[in-house]
Amino acid sequence: MDIIVCVKHVPETAEAEIRIDSTGKNIEKTGLVYDINEWDDYAVEEAVRIKEKLGGTVTAITVGPEDADSTLRKCLARGADKAIRLTDPAFEGSDGYATAKILYKAIKDMPFDVIFTGAQAGDDGYAMVGPILAELLGIPHATMVKKIELKDGAAKVNRELEGGLEEIVEVKLPAVLTIQTGINEPRYVSIMGIRKAMKKEITVLGLSELGLNANEVGEAGSWIKIEKLYVPPVEKQAEFIEGSPEEVAAKIAEILKAKGLI
Amino acid sequence: MAEIFVLAEHRRGELRDITFEMLTKGKELAEKTNGELTAVLLGKNVKEHAEKLSTRAKRVLVVEDDKLENFNSEAYQKVMMHLIKERKPLLTMIGHTSFGMDLAPSLAASLNTPLATDCIDLAFENGTLTVTRQMYGGKVNVKATLKPAETYIVTVRQAAFPAEETALNGEIVEMPSPLSEEIAEKRFIEYVLPPPGGVDITAAEVLVGIGRGIKDESNIPLVEELAKALGGVLACSRPIVDKGWLPNDRQVGTSGKTVKPKLYIALGISGAFQHVLGMKNSDLIIAVNKDPKAPIFNVADYGIVEDLFKVVPQLKDKILELKG
Ligand SMILES: Cc1cc2nc3c(=O)[nH]c(=O)nc-3n(C[C@H](O)[C@H](O)[C@H](O)COP(=O)(O)OP(=O)(O)OC[C@H]3O[C@@H](n4cnc5c(N)ncnc54)[C@H](O)[C@@H]3O)c2cc1C
Ligand SMILES: Nc1ncnc2c1ncn2[C@@H]1O[C@H](COP(=O)(O)O)[C@@H](O)[C@H]1O
Repeated sequence: MDIIVCVKHVPETAEAEIRIDSTGKNIEKTGLVYDINEWDDYAVEEAVRIKEKLGGTVTAITVGPEDADSTLRKCLARGADKAIRLTDPAFEGSDGYATAKILYKAIKDMPFDVIFTGAQAGDDGYAMVGPILAELLGIPHATMVKKIELKDGAAKVNRELEGGLEEIVEVKLPAVLTIQTGINEPRYVSIMGIRKAMKKEITVLGLSELGLNANEVGEAGSWIKIEKLYVPPVEKQAEFIEGSPEEVAAKIAEILKAKGLI
Repeated sequence: MAEIFVLAEHRRGELRDITFEMLTKGKELAEKTNGELTAVLLGKNVKEHAEKLSTRAKRVLVVEDDKLENFNSEAYQKVMMHLIKERKPLLTMIGHTSFGMDLAPSLAASLNTPLATDCIDLAFENGTLTVTRQMYGGKVNVKATLKPAETYIVTVRQAAFPAEETALNGEIVEMPSPLSEEIAEKRFIEYVLPPPGGVDITAAEVLVGIGRGIKDESNIPLVEELAKALGGVLACSRPIVDKGWLPNDRQVGTSGKTVKPKLYIALGISGAFQHVLGMKNSDLIIAVNKDPKAPIFNVADYGIVEDLFKVVPQLKDKILELKG
């Protein structure tokens, strides 16, 4: 099985303070810590597990700046064999559609049996790159995959639906599968693994090597044009309880008592 | 006259709420653009659904085919491509659900039609489509415009719009199925129901919900004690289940359970919409989070900006004290 995994280098924002920059169209990126997109972490792990069982290769590929090498190295340390970074100033401002086009150009002449992407990226949350890539390649896809059984020329997968329900579908290979969190337990990467990964080469390709025109990518090649970012208006702001932990705890306990909850 | 398409979502014999929510917004958009609201219904033996939809739209386009019995993005995509090419709706609305996420992006790519996903609001301004969506787990809102085109596709977030009842008398139009060949690439096999048994968090009056802020499995007994002091049950956000720290019957949210307890205490949960949709109707919500900007504070009644490990033991003690 030759598996390609698309990975995105994203800022960790769950606990960070986010500020909108002076253009109003982006966030202030300085000071943010970047890592592999959570969903892609599961996708890489799944690919490596399949390789360990069936043989073959795992190639990690990203569209991103040079900094994204750290995410690719993480994939190599996990067990990926090759890493490709697609970088060009013209790629900046690409939405999910333009990103899928860039990935398509790089992947279309590569040999592969299956492509994994994450179900969504934690930053933009489009949940579109995987299935668009499949369409451009002219191959089927299945999204939100939580279990994979590879058979002769097909993948039998469990797709996550709402409310705990799943469905089993079978797709012909080659196909794109978008991976949902919880499909496996990503392994810890050993120091040895990281050291080895530092020595591996990362292939870097740009606009012309991929045979793309500048107007096919970036904002010009995108469907979505960001006009402005803003802090979400609050419909109902919580009443903040202040004080030392002890005071706060006492106040909550009083509230609960007043409401008959204790 | 330009149509606004709303693609009806149904599963196991039932129309899903998102359909009615999109019809509410679709009606408004149709009025503002001097267009017509059309519900699009694909399936097999779906007459009953068509009747129901006809009260909320100007017309219901129905395509029935054995191959459309269960959702299959390959079959759905072929039919939707055909309908969009033939009728050139100004806009096609699809739910940002497991169904819509599997269908909309490849449909848009096949038609080369601009698509915006997970929209929480939509408007036409001088003929171009403007959408509102969120980034960074709901910490930032984005206003974006779509590339000018003849027809657009969007996916719409669940519960972004209310499901309003209307008493329209839409016509039901049966269309011939354009599916001639076999659906060869993708095959629906079966549904897998969640395993029965375990704890029913939907029945609990008090839930203590934990999120990634709990940091480590070894901290779970600490919050369990708080839950016990309150006579409540432990629930959680998705990462806790993904890591295997709690079984999946404890998960609150779109892919877990929808709960409505008298009290929901959210500890170290950021408030991603997938979680919030599962608990926002709780009677009383108290959230503890280190981050004052965490979106959970937009649904909570009371908020505490603090390290949960400092608050939880104190809170447990105070509760036990008051209980005497
Ligand atoms: C299709 C799909 C379906 C999904 N379904 C669900 C679902 O059903 N339910 C669900 O929950 N999620 C679901 N998710 C995932 C969802 O998008 C979020 O990733 C998830 O809810 C985040 O969980 P969290 O809030 O626990 O973690 P994070 O977003 O990482 O937040 C952790 C929070 O803890 C706070 N924190 C950290 N340390 C402390 C401390 N010591 N004291 C106090 N606070 C602290 C941080 O400030 C942060 O706000 C789904 C996603 C997808 C794509
Ligand atoms: N810049 C990128 N480089 C490589 N893969 C990407 C990139 N952006 C998105 N993807 C892949 O597409 C998935 C879904 O992203 P999105 O459609 O942006 O939510 C991610 O989990 C990645 O696997």
